[in-house]
Amino acid sequence: MTKPEATEDRNQTGRNPMQTLRSISDEQRSRLSEAWVGFATTVRREIHRVLRIWPQTLLPPVITTCLYFIIFGPVLGDRIGQMQGYTYLQYVTPGLIMMAVLTNSYQNVVSSFFGAKFQHHIEEVLVSPMSSQSILLGYAVGGVFRGLVIGAVVGLVALLFADLPVVHPVLTIAVAVLTSVAFSFGGFINAMVARNFDDISIVPTFVLTPLTMLGGVFYSVTLLAEPWQTLSYANPILYMVNAFRYGILGRSDMPIAVAFGVLTLFIVGFYMAAMWMLRRGIGIRS
Amino acid sequence: MSISTSPALRLRGLHKTYANGVQALKGIDLEVNRGEFFGLLGPNGAGKSTIIGIVTSLINRSGGSIEVFGINTDEDLEGAKRLIGVVPQEININQFEQPLRIVAQQAGYYGIPWREARERAGECLRWMGLWDKRTAMSRTLSGGMKRRLMIARALVHGPRLLILDEPTAGVDIEIRRATWSLLEEINDAGTTIILTTHYLEEAEALCKKIAIIDNGRIVKDTDTRSLLRQLVTETFVLDPMQPLERAPTLPGFATRLREDGSIEVDIEKGVGLNELFHALDDAHIQISSMRNKANRLEELFLRLVDESKGRAASAPEPNEVTP
Ligand SMILES: Nc1ncnc2c1ncn2[C@@H]1O[C@H](COP(=O)(O)OP(=O)(O)OP(=O)(O)O)[C@@H](O)[C@H]1O
Ligand SMILES: [Mg+2]
Repeated sequence: MTKPEATEDRNQTGRNPMQTLRSISDEQRSRLSEAWVGFATTVRREIHRVLRIWPQTLLPPVITTCLYFIIFGPVLGDRIGQMQGYTYLQYVTPGLIMMAVLTNSYQNVVSSFFGAKFQHHIEEVLVSPMSSQSILLGYAVGGVFRGLVIGAVVGLVALLFADLPVVHPVLTIAVAVLTSVAFSFGGFINAMVARNFDDISIVPTFVLTPLTMLGGVFYSVTLLAEPWQTLSYANPILYMVNAFRYGILGRSDMPIAVAFGVLTLFIVGFYMAAMWMLRRGIGIRS
Repeated sequence: MSISTSPALRLRGLHKTYANGVQALKGIDLEVNRGEFFGLLGPNGAGKSTIIGIVTSLINRSGGSIEVFGINTDEDLEGAKRLIGVVPQEININQFEQPLRIVAQQAGYYGIPWREARERAGECLRWMGLWDKRTAMSRTLSGGMKRRLMIARALVHGPRLLILDEPTAGVDIEIRRATWSLLEEINDAGTTIILTTHYLEEAEALCKKIAIIDNGRIVKDTDTRSLLRQLVTETFVLDPMQPLERAPTLPGFATRLREDGSIEVDIEKGVGLNELFHALDDAHIQISSMRNKANRLEELFLRLVDESKGRAASAPEPNEVTP
């Protein structure tokens, strides 16, 4: 801090608290370490938020998914019969977990970021030297955290109802992580362009839910007649669900490499779009 | 230019046209020296918050350049931002978060590691008298406390330039005075302060320099003392012992009768008050009390803004940008 002569004596007595608040520009920290701390602070804040409001963020999706297990297991499962050699509950469980992961990752980032816009405390971040990258990745990690925690809890509960072999554990985890990253970025973009609370429910209601329902969670696309089967291949969620099912049951309707290709495409595409919007200040700077 | 010689803030030709076509800034040139306590005054909608928004990068500018301690924001925006702390006009805290976390997180955004961030946050909250509220939900703080929380948040990284957008709006007199001495303390420590306010006595009490902005233009940019010196006349209100029925004629003074029977007297600069009292004696008028009519700065302010309105109405705008 610069010190005009007049206040020099005062500084020595330490009566002025401003003196003890060293300016960060006087400290010897590299820009890189500052960027890391900014990112880590955002991650800490986002995870804290998920845990603080857990009755809103963690509980409902777990309850909903468990209801699916009960309905497709003991209640309906036996009547539906087998699907591709698995019990119906076994068959739908990977899709249900995936559905929970992707909707919650998306939802978390949308509501957190839009909430910050709505209450204007996004300005705290915008006036700081934090880079767009730290902001985006920090929010995304929050979304991934919530998606994966819910995915894990739901998966554990599923084990009570169904026998899940988890044939390819590493692949299973990789697909879950990549999917939640992609949807966290997606949620971020949604929150940036959203102007009101309606705007943050449009995509989940009109895009995510239909695509998930038609994304091979409840059935194998091979059962569909044309043109529905071919049309389904345009649904990215289909690839994610099938890749995840492959990880758990060892069976997929489509090539796994394609699924990873689709995931990579979405992650890179959403990331670049979100970064571009952040730099331009779309929806956050007038 | 080195950090030790360049001004704390230098704005050149700042323009802003909002998406709806409103031309909020029409070429602002402003320089705020290091260590200065600077007042930005102007009527509602003049463009004060727009300037602050642009400097803190919350608003995209349409033209012009910004230098913070010699750092051009086009060249090193992050570097410039590290030097600034801002207290906005509107409350913008997370109402569901605790003050200690809010302030510590802010430190984190500036790259201060979590442990130190919490220490600094505690220090700032103690300073603002909010330590007891550190774990309360921010929503439950009073309006004045929220303002002080925003000041704590702006200080936590030790800014060299502190910008406050109407920090004492809607705050009671006691807290306003307390805020004043707090700001003086911060300024004493070498921090440059830019403050917007509608309270002219606030600007008069705190600011060494004042810029008056109206309708997107600076209409006056000078030090407070010389601004006050521009006042040619000063108006006093005199309460006579007995209410008067008509304005007395006092040689050398313009007088007017007020409804309550008191009189207003204009006194030109350089004329001693003794002469007024002589004239009153000669007219056999007994005075029981006397006061200044209005805040002097207020009058000057109104006059300058009026003048600028007159100019704007009669002349085409020289610095117009085409939308
Ligand atoms: N986001 C915005 N979109 C469009 N116009 C805006 C926006 N923000 C401000 N304006 C307009 O820009 C002009 C300047 O506004 P600004 O908020 O800078 O004024 P101000 O001097 O801070 O006023 P006040 O004393 O009332 O806070 C006004 O005409 C205002 O209506
Ligand atoms: Mg304003």
